[in-house]
Amino acid sequence: MLKQFPLWKSLLVLAVVAICALYAFPNIYPEQPTVQIGANSAGQSVSEEVADTIDELLASNGIEPLKKMRRDGSLIVFLEDDDAQKKAQDVLKDGLGEEYSVALNLVSDSPSWLRAIGGEPMKLGLDLRGGVHFLLEVDVDKKLKAYEESVFTGLKKTFRKVLPKGTKYESAERVEPHGFKFSFTNSDARTKARQEILSGGLGNEYVLTNTTINGNPGLLVKMSETALSKRFASTVNQNRIALANRINELGVAEPLVQQQGYNRIVVELPGVQDTAIAKRVLGRTADLEYRAVSDKRLSPSGRAPAGTELFYEKDTNRPILLKKQVIARGECVIDASAGFDQQGGSAQVSVSLDSKCGNKMLSFTSQNVGKPMAVLFKETKATSKTVVKDGVEKEIFETSEEKYVISVANIRGVFGSQFQTTGLDSIHEANELSLLLRSGALAAPMYIVEESTIGPSLGKKNIERGFMSLLVGFLVVLLFMILKYRVFGVIANLALAANVVIILAILSLLGATLTLPGIAGIVLTVGMAVDANVLIFSRIKEEWKRGIKPADAIDLGYQKAFSAIIDANITTLIIAIILLFMGAGSVKGFAITLAIGILTSMFTAITGTRVLVHLLYGNKKLNKLSIG
Amino acid sequence: MAKSKKKSQQSEVIETPQRVILWMSWRKIALGMSLLLIVVSLASLFARGLNLGLDFTGGTVLELKVPSDITPQKIRAHLDESGVKNAVVQNFGSSEDVIVRIPGKAEEVAQVSEDVADKKSPAEILLGQLQNKWSSIEMEGSSFIGPAVGDELRDKSGTAMIFAILLMMAYIWFRFSIKFGLGAIAALVHDVIITLGVFSITGLTVDLTVLAAVLAVVGYSLNDTVVVADRIRENFIEMREGSPEHIVNASITQTIDRTLMTSITTLLVLLALFFLGGESLLSFSAALIVGVIVGTYSSVYIAGSVILAMKTTKEDFMEKPKQELLDDAP
Repeated sequence: MLKQFPLWKSLLVLAVVAICALYAFPNIYPEQPTVQIGANSAGQSVSEEVADTIDELLASNGIEPLKKMRRDGSLIVFLEDDDAQKKAQDVLKDGLGEEYSVALNLVSDSPSWLRAIGGEPMKLGLDLRGGVHFLLEVDVDKKLKAYEESVFTGLKKTFRKVLPKGTKYESAERVEPHGFKFSFTNSDARTKARQEILSGGLGNEYVLTNTTINGNPGLLVKMSETALSKRFASTVNQNRIALANRINELGVAEPLVQQQGYNRIVVELPGVQDTAIAKRVLGRTADLEYRAVSDKRLSPSGRAPAGTELFYEKDTNRPILLKKQVIARGECVIDASAGFDQQGGSAQVSVSLDSKCGNKMLSFTSQNVGKPMAVLFKETKATSKTVVKDGVEKEIFETSEEKYVISVANIRGVFGSQFQTTGLDSIHEANELSLLLRSGALAAPMYIVEESTIGPSLGKKNIERGFMSLLVGFLVVLLFMILKYRVFGVIANLALAANVVIILAILSLLGATLTLPGIAGIVLTVGMAVDANVLIFSRIKEEWKRGIKPADAIDLGYQKAFSAIIDANITTLIIAIILLFMGAGSVKGFAITLAIGILTSMFTAITGTRVLVHLLYGNKKLNKLSIG
Repeated sequence: MAKSKKKSQQSEVIETPQRVILWMSWRKIALGMSLLLIVVSLASLFARGLNLGLDFTGGTVLELKVPSDITPQKIRAHLDESGVKNAVVQNFGSSEDVIVRIPGKAEEVAQVSEDVADKKSPAEILLGQLQNKWSSIEMEGSSFIGPAVGDELRDKSGTAMIFAILLMMAYIWFRFSIKFGLGAIAALVHDVIITLGVFSITGLTVDLTVLAAVLAVVGYSLNDTVVVADRIRENFIEMREGSPEHIVNASITQTIDRTLMTSITTLLVLLALFFLGGESLLSFSAALIVGVIVGTYSSVYIAGSVILAMKTTKEDFMEKPKQELLDDAP
C-alpha cells in the first residue's frame, strides 16, 4: 500500500493546473489588428448612426471587416491584416472628422468574462509579429560638456566680482572628466570662492577639495558620482519621454520605448513596415526661439510691419508681434527647471543657456531692460497617409509646422546664461513651461546604433516554425515516454502537458513577450522536463529490481531521486538567470521561458506525477509496476 | 543475477546485483579521443577562428524573397561590381529565400535629427542597389547593427561565460568536494571547447543565440555530471568493498539508463527545432545538439576519470556520512 498522500496537496495541484489552464486559454484568441473608434467628448459612446457610417465608409473603400465589437463605449473593428488596418484608419479618420478618434490597436477577441479576470493572450515579439526595431544611443557626454562649459564661465565671472579686493583667481582649468581646478592668490580668496560655490546651489552637484596648485591655495571642483549618474539618468529619461510622446502620434499599437543599459533607448513599433516614417517621427524636432516683442502695430489691413512676424499665444490665442531676429534658440537651452522664487514665493522657471548664447543674451538684455521678450515654440509634426495615385496605393508623409508663443515676460535686469522667468500663475504652469523649454530640442543627441525590420510574412513564418517545432517535439517525447515507461510514461506525459499549460499561463499573466527563441526555450524545457521523471522512474525501477516491494519502491524512488533532481535543475536555473541579466532581446526571451520552464517542470514532475500515481495506485495492492 | 567482475570479491553479490559494465577500463581510449578532439578544436579555433554573426561583428543583413532564377552568385557578382566587396550571399530554406550578409564596421551610425528620415540606413541602401537591378526582389526582413554594439556584446558574452563557469565550480565545490569540482569543471571546459571547435570547423554562424546555447550546455552537462557524481558519492559511502574504479563503474552503470534517456529526449526535441525551427534557430539548435552529445559523453568519462586520477577514496566523503543502511534484499 502506498503511504498516505495528503489530500490537500492533491487538491492544490489540481487547483493550480485548473487555474493555469484558465489563464493559458486566452491564447486561443490571439491579438488581431483592429481600429478602435471612440468619441472624443468624454462619457459619450459611439452611436448606432455612426456605426452605420463606419460600415458605409469601409464598404465603399473595399475594406471588409472580419468582426465588430463594442467595448466600453468604443467600437472595435477587426481587420484582415496590417495593410487593411492602416487603410481603415485613414478612411475612417477622413470620413468621421474631429469628433471621433480612430486608433490602431491589437485586440484579442477573448470573451469578456475572461478579460475580467485578467486573462489575456501573450504579447508577440517583433520576430513573430513583424515591425521595426531601433536601438538609439544617447550622447550624454556632449550635453554634459555644454553644461560644464557654462558653469565654468559662470564661476570665473562670479569670482571676478566677489573675491576680496586685491585677490583673484590665478589659474582656471578644466579637469577631465567632469571638473575644474582653480588656484587663488591667498587662502582667504579661496575660502570666499568656496562659500560662493556652495551658496549658489552648485554645492548640491559638486564636491570641493582643497589643494595646492603651483604653490597657491587651490580648489578642485568635481561633479559628484551621484550627481553624475542623476544627470545621465535624467538626460536619457528626457530623451525617452520625448521619443515616447512623438511615437504616440503615430498611433501605433503597443509601441515599446524603453531604456536599455545606462545610455541606450530601444524603440519597437509592431506592425510598422516603413522605417522612414518611424525615423521621421523620431527625428521630429521642436524648436524654440527667444525673440524680442515688437512695439510696432499691425497695419490696418492686418499685415505685420517689416522686420516683424505675427504669432499667437498658446492657450489664450492672443496675437503677439515679434521681431524677426532670434536672440537664442532651443539648442542653447541646457537646463530649465521649475521652482519658487526666493522673495515672493511665486512660481518661476530657472533657465540655463550655454555660454555662446549666454553672451548674445547678455548683450541683448543690457540694451533692452524693461522691454518684453517672448519664447516662440515651433513644432513639426509628421503624419502619414495612404492615398491612391495612378491606381497604386502609396504612403505619403506630410509634415506640418505649428508655431506659437509660450511665454512673454519683461526683462527685469541684465542677464546672460542664467536667468529666471517669474510671474507664472502656478507651479503647474511653471512645470509645463520648463518641460517645453527642455524639449525644445532633445536633451542630448541620439544616434541609431541598431535598426531592424521584420516583414509580416516573415513574422507569420516564424510563428508557424515555432509552433511546429513545439508540437512535433512534444509528440515525439510523448511517444518515447510511453514506449519506455508504459503506464508511468503516460503519467509523465500528463505532467508534461500540464507543464506546458502552466508555462503559457505564467507567460500570459506576466505580460511577457513571446519571441522565437522564447518558443525554443519552451521546446527545450519539454525535452528537459522529462529528466526529473526519468530520474524518479529509473530509481523506482531500480529499487523494484533490487527486490523492494512495488509500493515502497515508488516511495523510495521519489525520495531518493529528489536531491538529484534539485541539483540537476539548479545548475540550469543558474545559467538561465545569468542569461537573463546579460542578454538582450532574443536571448532574454529564451532565458525567461527556460527559467520558468525549469521551475514549473520541477513542480509537475515531482508533485504532479505523485498526485497522479496516488490517484491510480493509491488504494490498490501493487504486485507489479507497469514501468517498462 | 550475481555476476561480478573477476576483480571484485564474493561479498559484492548483494550490493551490486546487476552486471557492472567496465566503463573505466576504456578510459584511456576515451581520454585519448577527447584529447584528440580538443587539440583539433583548438587548432581550428586558432587557425580558422569562428564565423561570428552580426550580433558580434556589427554589419548589415538582408533577408530577401527572390525569383528562383536570381541565384546567390548573380547577386554577389552584382554587389561586387557595385563596390560592396565582402558580402556573403546564401540560400536558406528554399531557392527563393536569400540572405545577404555584410559583416564589419563599415558604417557610421546616423544621428537622430530632422533629416534622419532622408538618410537611408545601410540596409536600405543595400536593398536599393539590389532592387535597382532586379525589381522583383522583395525584402522580408533587414537588420543593421552598429559597430559599437557588436564589440560590447562580445565583451559581455566573454564575461558571462567565465562567470558561469566560476559559479558552476563554486556550486560543485559546495555540494560535493574540490576533487569532484575539478572533475566537473574539466568536463565542462572539454564540452565548451569541442562545441566551439565544431562551429569553427563547420563554419556555422556564431551569434548571440549560440552563446546562449553554449551556456545552456554548460548547465545541462553539469546536470548529468551531478547525477553521476551523486551516485558515485553514495556508492563510495555505502559500498563496503571494491576498488575506486569498481565503484565508479558501478555508479555509472546504475545511472547510464537515466543519462541516456534524458539525453535522448532532449535530442529529440532539439532535432525538431533543428529541422523545423527555421534559419534563425539553426545555429542555436546545432550548438545544443553537439553540446548534449559531447556533454553526455563527458559526464561519463571525463568526470569519472578525473575522480579516479585524483585517487579518490572513501575518506574524502567522511565529513558527510550518510548512515543509510542497506535494505535487506530478499
